[in-house]
Parts: sequence; structure tokens; C-alpha cells
Amino acid sequence: MSLKTFFGGIHPKYAKEQTAASPIEILSAPETVVVPMQQHIGAPAVPTVKKGDEVLVGQVIGEATQPISAPVHSPVSGTVVAVTDRPHINGRSVLSVVIENDGQNKWVELETHPDPVQLDRDAIINKIRAAGIVGMGGAGFPTAAKLRPPKDAVIDYLIINGAECEPYLTADHRLMLERTEDLLIGILILKKILNAKRCYIGIEENKPDAIIAVKTAIKENHYDKIKLVILRAKYPQGGEKQLIDAITGRNVPSGGLPMDCGCVVQNVGTTIAVRDAIIDGLPLYQRVVTVTGPAVGSPKNLLVRTGTPMKHLLEACQTDMEATKKVIMGGPMMGLAQTHTDVPVIKSTSGILAYNKTTPGIREYPCINCGRCIQACPVNLVPSRLAKFIEREKIDEAVEWNLMDCIECGSCTFICPSKINLVHFIKLGKFHIQAKRAAAASKKQ
Amino acid sequence: MTTPSVTRPKPDFQSQVNDVKQKTVSLHISSSPHIRHGESVQEIMLWVIAALIPSLIASVIFFGFRALFLTCVSVITAVVTEWLISRLLKKPSSTGDFSAVVTGILLAYNVSPLLPWWMVAIGSVFAIDVAKMAFGGLGGNFINPALAGRAFLMASYPAAMTCWKATGFGSVSGIDGITSATPLAYFKSGFSEGSIPISELQGALGNLFIGNVGGCIGETSVIALLIGAMILWFKKIIGFRIPFFYIGTVFFLFWIFNGSGNVFSSEALTIPLYQVLSGGLMLGALFMATDMVTSPITPKGKIIFALGCGILTFVIRKFGGYPEGVSYSILLMNLFVPHIERYTKPRIYGEVKKRD
Repeated sequence: MSLKTFFGGIHPKYAKEQTAASPIEILSAPETVVVPMQQHIGAPAVPTVKKGDEVLVGQVIGEATQPISAPVHSPVSGTVVAVTDRPHINGRSVLSVVIENDGQNKWVELETHPDPVQLDRDAIINKIRAAGIVGMGGAGFPTAAKLRPPKDAVIDYLIINGAECEPYLTADHRLMLERTEDLLIGILILKKILNAKRCYIGIEENKPDAIIAVKTAIKENHYDKIKLVILRAKYPQGGEKQLIDAITGRNVPSGGLPMDCGCVVQNVGTTIAVRDAIIDGLPLYQRVVTVTGPAVGSPKNLLVRTGTPMKHLLEACQTDMEATKKVIMGGPMMGLAQTHTDVPVIKSTSGILAYNKTTPGIREYPCINCGRCIQACPVNLVPSRLAKFIEREKIDEAVEWNLMDCIECGSCTFICPSKINLVHFIKLGKFHIQAKRAAAASKKQ
Repeated sequence: MTTPSVTRPKPDFQSQVNDVKQKTVSLHISSSPHIRHGESVQEIMLWVIAALIPSLIASVIFFGFRALFLTCVSVITAVVTEWLISRLLKKPSSTGDFSAVVTGILLAYNVSPLLPWWMVAIGSVFAIDVAKMAFGGLGGNFINPALAGRAFLMASYPAAMTCWKATGFGSVSGIDGITSATPLAYFKSGFSEGSIPISELQGALGNLFIGNVGGCIGETSVIALLIGAMILWFKKIIGFRIPFFYIGTVFFLFWIFNGSGNVFSSEALTIPLYQVLSGGLMLGALFMATDMVTSPITPKGKIIFALGCGILTFVIRKFGGYPEGVSYSILLMNLFVPHIERYTKPRIYGEVKKRD
């Protein structure tokens, strides 16, 4: 039986053994939470509270005023201490609401719907938007916007992303094992909204227990519409475009979106959050985060509230803070290195890694034209050329060689024997192009 | 993520600064990805050197210890030259990546075992100095340095470069009874006039395969080269495209243009095999044309490059003045590599065909 896969990709060590068998543990909320207004792609939320206000768990503290945006809810009950700029995982300062937790865990009133079949499509999408649900795989795109394709778009495939291809991360793996039924119900809700013809859930072969759990649950509940696809374990299988390629064989057109080829992809965590929002009326205020790495004494999968400082999670897992040299938010391939550990967890934080030694990042040799970067690239670009163009500031040539199609997965940099940081140059090139386009757009106005 | 302008309270930076000052942890920052595969340039070069050792052993067996001596002269000169030039240019020495060692070995493999040692040294200096360091060192050269060194020597000392040695094992029918020619020179002079029967060529094939014939130090023993190439193939250092299409093209062209008018005659099957096993084709196709820096990086480009090398080798060997055409074919195709790459950009995921 040959497993489905995509072309290109790399095989880093899984490093998931430490947490793959650890059940999700709830981490109690800290004394103070810092909730950023930007936890998603799109326009930041606008604060609806001010200093001194009392808030309840699940109360809206930031509203979405633009189509591509999402509201933000309070993860604790307590008093608003400040509405101010605070450090964010993206390295900048972002407007955040700082709340002092009163420890009471008092909730707003929730609107539950045990039988979502009763609701119509628009009502469900509105509830998803009101719950502030965004892509929890790491990108954080507002889910309600993703579920509203244009009227003439036909969605052939709904694909649920259970790949979790980054090394170390096991949050989705544990969700698939511990909330299997809820996941399937969430899938059915999404399928109904999109009117999708077929429904797939893709899981990598390195999670055999999750595969069995999902398969059994599908069979026992007679959900014949949901098909399980086992994928070859390869990075970046969890990339949206690679997942679509592997499962359906279709390619998302360059510059386009998955719906252009009739597909919609949703992460496992997002799907369960959708189910919770519709059936239990819960907003998105907490998520599973894998805390692991060489400096962590007791790695775990923790269920944490958004706004919890990273330090809180690291301490809960007996991290040797003296020995920690590097902290990464996310996975080792695409995660962001952090400057300090006070930065809060947000809706798209899938993991926190603590390393006890600095990781290599320095170019050792010039490019020897070996071509390994082309073999590794899942988009079939020539990263070595792109990096050379950008280094010499020939950005337009780089665009001709398809610079903008890069998904920034880092496979090229991983495999380069000269240790050149190819993806960093590509990001730099894209940044120049976006700055140029923004300048041109503002000139037109 | 563009943030629209929103009136908001002034940030209280001072409290943030105080917060940060309390933290004594200073964390390392770098751009993602934060993990790397283990293989390095040095490792690749060491494997290439290992893959070239079987040919050295075969060469010592057939030509004696002078082959080893010349190889050492070439390598030492190459490394010292690279080191000296790095010092002159006030750059850190790059000899630690072992690429100079590879160039030294390949240059020695391309000359006769009878060549005076000082000529080998000069060729080695030229290969490193002019063909490599003048263009920025590793990764900067646009022609194969070892072949450039060989071409320089051919132009400067043509008589010495065409002086060949018989192997130590005589009395097998055919070629090796002749001390002054290589298999290709023998072919070019004799066969076209019909003075060599095809059976003699067929008898020589075995000797060509193991290397019991005259020629350059590294090019004669096909089996040693194949062993080395298999090692590199398993380590994914050379691919199949360039060797397959290069050797295949030469074989194919000599097969259909075999002069007997019939593609199924015994000439038709012997001549291409003889041509493929003779001279520098095996060494060239497996180790020189596959040099990463001077061959196209794009997969389709490699095929075009190999086809070009094959056609040129055939043309030079059949119609040209020299009996051997491999070095010049590869050098000429090296010049076209940037153009080849530009026109063979790989088809990307989600490629949208332009409509005009």
C-alpha cells in the first residue's frame, strides 16, 4: 500500500516521543493575562473595554470591525488593569488588554445548541465569527471568512488537516485521540456549511494510534461521508497546498486560494473549536500547546488560556530557565524565536520549545549549486537562485523565478549543505515587494 | 498584516522597560528554520575523494607508482595555491572544504602518467588560480577547474601531453601491444581505413573495461570509475541524468553512424561500446560533467547539458582533429550553463499558464 504524498519535502527527526503519549493537562490561569487584539491574520480587533472594567470569562473585549478580522474574548474573569501596547510573539508591540484574574472563573451566559442540524448555514457562520475562531494550525486566518467562498464556487473537497508535520508538536495528535467524537461532529458541521461533496481527514503515518482512533470512531458512528487518508510522514505535509496535492492531486493555482481548485482545508483544533462554538456556545479562549524541547524537564501538552505568559507554561513543565538559551514559539522549522518569555500565548500558538544551546544559523560555505534545495522544495522553486538574486538586490528577477510562490516552509534551508539561510533571503525579498506594492497603492490614493 | 490607524492610549513604555530589565534571561534569536540537516560541503567533498580512490588503485596497478606520485603533486600544489591566494586576498582560507583536493585529483587523472611532475604542478596552479580563485573561489567558477587545467597543459605542452605509457601487463591481443597510442588514437588512425578487423576491437573490450590500456591516469579503468560512481549515486551526490544522457548520447550517435550502413551489424554494436569504454568519456561523464558548480542546477537543464556534451564529444571524436573530445565538450557546455538554466526553470506547483 503506497501512502499519499506530495513532491519535494524533507525528513527531519520527529522528536515527538516525549509528548505523543502525554494526555492533555489543564494549566490553571495565571494571575494576570495579557490578551493581544491581534491574534489572527487581518485587521486587529478594537477594544470594547477600558481600564477598571469588570469582565467575565467569554466576554467580548475586542470587536471585529472589518471583514477579515476576528473578535477577542476574555479568557478569565476579573478587572481590566490596562489597555496598552505589550510585546507580542511577532516581535513587535501590539495593543493588548491586561486583565487581573479574580480566580472566580465567572462565565457570561452561553447559547447552546445540542442539535446544530436545526441551524441554517448563515447562522452557523455568524456564530463562528462571533466566537472569534481562527485557524489554529499556526496561521490564524479568521475561519468565518474562510467558510464563506463566493456564491459560484463549488467546494468538492473539505479536507481536515491532522498531519502536524512539524517536529516536536503533538497538540493535534492528542486532540485526535482524546476528542475524536467531537472532531467528527465538527467535521460534519463544516461539511454542511460548505456543502462539500466529499470530506477527507489526513493523518501522517507517524501517529498510528490517532489513525486507529479516528478510523474506529468513523466506523462506529457510521459517518461514511468522512474518509481517512494516511499520509507519508514528510515535512511540510501539513502545508495547505501540499495536503491538497497529496489527497486530491489538485494544485492550488499560483497566486490563488484553495477554493479556486474546489478545496477548503481546516485544522483539527479549529474543527473542534467550531463544534464547541456551535454546540456549547463557547468562544475561542483556550487551546492545547505542546511544551517541549531539550531544556524542558517534564514536557507536556497543556490546555492553556490565551493571554497566558509563556513563562507560566515553561515553569509548569520544569524548564531549566538558567540553561535555556533559545525559546521558540511554534515548531523548529517555522517557529519564531522569542526575545523574552513574558510574551503571551495566542490563538495560533501550537507549541513552545526551549533549547539549552543555540541552534546553528550561520552560513559556512558559498552555494555549490548542488540542487538539493530544488529537490526539497515542495513548490519546485530554485531557492539558491532566489537567494542569490535577493542578495544582489535583483528583486524583479527573483519575482520572475516565482519568488512570491514560496510558502516559507524552510525545507531548502534545512537541507542546504552550505548552511545558507535561503528562506531568510526569500522572506526579505517578499518584504521588499510588499513594501513596494504598499507604496504604489498609497501613491494611487 | 496592516494595522489601520486607530486612536489608542499612549503606550506605557517605562513599565515595559522595567519589566524587561528584571528579566536576566538573554535569549538567542535567529530566523527560522532552527534545525538543520547534518550533511555539509566537507562531507560531500570527502565522499567524492573516497569515490575516486578505486581509480587511483587501478592506475597504480596498471601504470605503477608514478601515477600516485603525480596525483600527490597535483593535490599538494592545488591546496598550497589555494591557501596562498587566500592569504594574498586577506580572506580566510577555504582549503578546509577539501574542494582543492578534489580538483587536484581530477587534474592528475586527466594527464598521462609520463607527464613531467613540474608540468602537472603548473597545470594545478592554473586550475586553482585562474579557473577557480579568480572568480571568487568555490561556487564562483563557471568552468570546470580540472578540465581548464588540462586544456591549458594541452595548449602549452602538446607533445608531452600525448606521450603515453603501456601498462605492465602485455600480450593481450589488440591495443595494448602498441606503446605509443591510446585506444582512441588507434581507432582513429586505423579503423576508418579498414585496417583493423572488428574482432580485434571486440577483443579489446575486456581490457578497456578493467583498464589494461594506455591513457590518462584516472580515465582508463572503467570498472573502478563505475564503483566510485555507484558510491556517489547512493550518497545522492551525483544524479542519473547527466551520466545517463551523456553516455547514452555518445553511444546512440556512434551506433547509428557506425559506417557499416546497418544498425544491427557487429560493427554497429561493437563500435559504440568501444567508444564509450575508451578515453575520458567515463571519467568525464561520471565525475567531470557532474561537477555541481559548473553544471546546471535545474533538472531539465542537466539533460540538455548532457545531450550537448554527448553531441560535441561525438562530433569531435568522429570528425575533429583530436581523437578525444570529452574535455573540450564539457568546457564548451560549461559556457552555456547560465543560458540553459534560464530557459529550463522548473514548472512550479500551481503554475498558471500565461494566456498570451
